Amino acid sequence: MSHHTISVRDLGFAYPDGTQALDGVSFEAGHGEAIAVVGANGAGKSTLLLHLNGLLTPQRGSVDIGGIPVTKGTLPEIRRTVGMVFQDPDDQLFMPTVAEDVGFGPLNLGLSPEGVAARVAAALARVGAEHLAERPPYRLSGGEKRAVAIATVLAMEPNVLVMDEPSSGLDPRARRRLLGLLQGFEHTRIVATHDLDLAAELCPRTIVMGGGRVLADRPTVDVFRDDELLERASLERPLGMLACPICGCSGDGPRSD
Amino acid sequence: MSTVATGLSAIDRLDRLARLDTAVHRVDPRAKVITTAVFVVCVVSHGKYDLLGLLPFAVFPVVLATEGGLPLGFLGRLLLMASPFALIMGVFNPLFDQEVVAHVGSVAVTGGWLSYASIILRFLLTVAAALVLTATTSFAGICLALEKLKVPDVFVTQLLLLYRYIFVLGDEAGRMAQARRLRSFGSRGMGWRVYGQMLGQLLLRTFARAQRIYLAMKCRGFDGEIRLARTLRFRAADLAFTLLWSAAFIAFRLVDVPLALGRLITGLTG
Repeated sequence: MSHHTISVRDLGFAYPDGTQALDGVSFEAGHGEAIAVVGANGAGKSTLLLHLNGLLTPQRGSVDIGGIPVTKGTLPEIRRTVGMVFQDPDDQLFMPTVAEDVGFGPLNLGLSPEGVAARVAAALARVGAEHLAERPPYRLSGGEKRAVAIATVLAMEPNVLVMDEPSSGLDPRARRRLLGLLQGFEHTRIVATHDLDLAAELCPRTIVMGGGRVLADRPTVDVFRDDELLERASLERPLGMLACPICGCSGDGPRSD
Repeated sequence: MSTVATGLSAIDRLDRLARLDTAVHRVDPRAKVITTAVFVVCVVSHGKYDLLGLLPFAVFPVVLATEGGLPLGFLGRLLLMASPFALIMGVFNPLFDQEVVAHVGSVAVTGGWLSYASIILRFLLTVAAALVLTATTSFAGICLALEKLKVPDVFVTQLLLLYRYIFVLGDEAGRMAQARRLRSFGSRGMGWRVYGQMLGQLLLRTFARAQRIYLAMKCRGFDGEIRLARTLRFRAADLAFTLLWSAAFIAFRLVDVPLALGRLITGLTG
């Protein structure tokens, strides 16, 4: 059985204060797919992500990763399979040096010191951050922190990557580099983002959320051409698909009129 | 720069000094931690009115700082920054204890002044030793030593996280203070009341961040113990370092060296 699939069925979750964050969310993700999860603030994106590796347990419905249901008993297995990259890298980098931080997960998996060192080297090389290994995380730039945060997750060798706003707070070049990196991954990727251009470039498929429900689950190109849907989800077309305000060229291709 | 920022940059500089490579830096962190602990106990356990007997202890921080290539001016500034605490702590001693215990020339020295001076000297010695330890070992190195010395994980984890997030917290506090300053137009803002609310805010933010960090740790298999992959090697030289310095401290503690020296010299001349 492939570990790369995700199956969410009729997922419902309410926070203790009564907010119904998720209300009957269902979707399937296949091996190696890249899916964007978009929606207004408070649409339920983050709550959905927290369910994908068992940080929250479903109150209604179910979440299966690679055919294994997410329950208390399967948590270690699920967390090895699903790597989660948080929105603020400062929350994720808590060890004294970058190398120790990347090695934190593998050490907890019980690998030998040599095994850990190999994983750390490979993960840092994958994100192009070998030279940062001995630096303390607080003295890295935003882009470097993001790259290292991704390396900390890659070192666990997950099959599924779940990312919350991976491009927030990055300058254009760092964002471009991140995009290239994410495009090169063969993992199944779930990316929650407000960066709709990132969604359009990285993910062939997009799930639009609103009020804790799935408003649409379609090819990204279709979603961003459906102005009525975007309006309902408090979204706008990505800049890359808007007519150029200076020359009037359309993002959808050459203008016909 | 705000006081918070100054303090943080000082911590940052200590950390960078800890990455120098000198004979002192290469001593096993465990040896340095144990030696410093013996040092502190010996200094603190001196009698209330002891002053001269404390002086020989200054050898330890001074030798380590010079051998470790640490900038003495910088360490001195840090000592000054921390000194108000000690200055205030003993400030009532001269008032309460007015018994004359000695005469220096025609000036009568009361027990209060003597014990006040002794407190300040002890403070300077112990803080200097702690600073030198940090600047030659690094905070992470000290935590590692504590872990290997079987200090309970709870404390080591607390220290590691405290050190990691003091910068994040400091930045956050700095940004809040700046936001207040920008809208208070040179006056005192809304007075002291607003500081209480800001502190509350900061506490709530800290809770939220702690929750997120904990989630991130759980995602990577955290089970209550932070494992460090670094290994340490306790060599014969480290043992010698610990034993020799500790023996010296205990000797300083038991024998009043300046007095003995004085006796020796007067004995020789007399």
